[in-house]
Amino acid sequence: MSESAALAEFALRMGDSALILGHRLSEWTGHAPVLEEELASANVALDLLGQAQLWLSLAGELEGRGRSADDLAYLREPSAYRNLLLAEQLNGDFGHTLVRQFLFDAWNHLLLDALCAHPHARVAEIAEKASKEVRYHLERSSDWVVRLGDGTDESHRRVGAALEILWPYTGELFVLSASCPAATIVIDARWRELVDMVLQRATLDMPNDEWAQSGGIDGRHTEHLGKLLAEMQSLQRAYPGASW
Amino acid sequence: MAGETCEHIDGLTVSPAGGFELSQIWAWLDQVLDPEVPALSVVDLGVIRQVEWRCGRLLVQVTPTYSGCPATRAIEQALVAHLQTKGVVDVCIERVLAPAWSSDWITARGRERLLEYGIVPPVHAGPGRFPWSRAKPAIGCPQCAAPSPELVSEFGSTACKAQYRCRACKEPFEYFKCI
Repeated sequence: MSESAALAEFALRMGDSALILGHRLSEWTGHAPVLEEELASANVALDLLGQAQLWLSLAGELEGRGRSADDLAYLREPSAYRNLLLAEQLNGDFGHTLVRQFLFDAWNHLLLDALCAHPHARVAEIAEKASKEVRYHLERSSDWVVRLGDGTDESHRRVGAALEILWPYTGELFVLSASCPAATIVIDARWRELVDMVLQRATLDMPNDEWAQSGGIDGRHTEHLGKLLAEMQSLQRAYPGASW
Repeated sequence: MAGETCEHIDGLTVSPAGGFELSQIWAWLDQVLDPEVPALSVVDLGVIRQVEWRCGRLLVQVTPTYSGCPATRAIEQALVAHLQTKGVVDVCIERVLAPAWSSDWITARGRERLLEYGIVPPVHAGPGRFPWSRAKPAIGCPQCAAPSPELVSEFGSTACKAQYRCRACKEPFEYFKCI
């Protein structure tokens, strides 16, 4: 694979992960437990959609087949999607959503920080822009993990269970960050350190790394992605080329 | 001709005019308000990065505040439309990403207007790494000026604002975040 093709693939994986997680978060709109968190979920989703647009535009340009970010988002089948499995997991309850967000945000924050020094100017530009936003995402999600983990017995039990369920999906994060061409990105240890620091404050134990799920960034997805895309793409499928 | 690589938004291409001083152009741009925070003009907000004449065409570089901000496109359309009413018919908008927009670029006048509007302008908090070492910004209530309000959420009615509540007068208010 040429370096340009490898970079297109990396941009696609980043864009798809942001898009799918953003869409998942938007499912909370109208259902969040309190108004403030309704707004926060929607705003984080909006940031992620903006970042997805930047990454997917770059992927389309590097690919050189004339596909726009919208074409990539609305006109691909599930097997052509390259997002992390973590991003497509169901929302579950509010605590489950926040644990998923925290695991992703901690990784995204460290990765974007590293990508600010990437030799490809567009990659560095997107990373610099996105990293400013993701800092606030991480601040919110880590605050909530602490608040719920170190909260009532019930909230502690729920976020602890979410952590166990979601942990096997975190191994893929580092397969994706290590796949970045023209840079050596090793953030595993720093991610563990950051996550451990937050979990300790949340009185939660870091799960054991017994087994890791993989395949999302190569197009092998859980059953949840097809259903998400069926909803997200329904308008473009029913009315091809429709625009606002 | 560099200008020819620019794309015109929504077919608003018309014949070249030119001839206006850039200071006049900036004054007109300053009349275009941010649709989401209408206390600020787009110049106050610091999203206009550069304005120049190129081959009889006006090139305006605009940068988004947040990457998903829905106001970005509305701002671009509004400033093209406004300049056209002033006779600047051939305007080319170029969206630039780097350097990434910073809340430091909000002008001093913009900060005053924000406060008058009831939104606390961005304040630099102390440096610090994640997640707890960073100090919270030292801000006061825009209604009663009492210090140490309580943070309700890092996100408000838009991504660029956080929600606070005054502990003294109990009024909720928004704070324009530092990025």
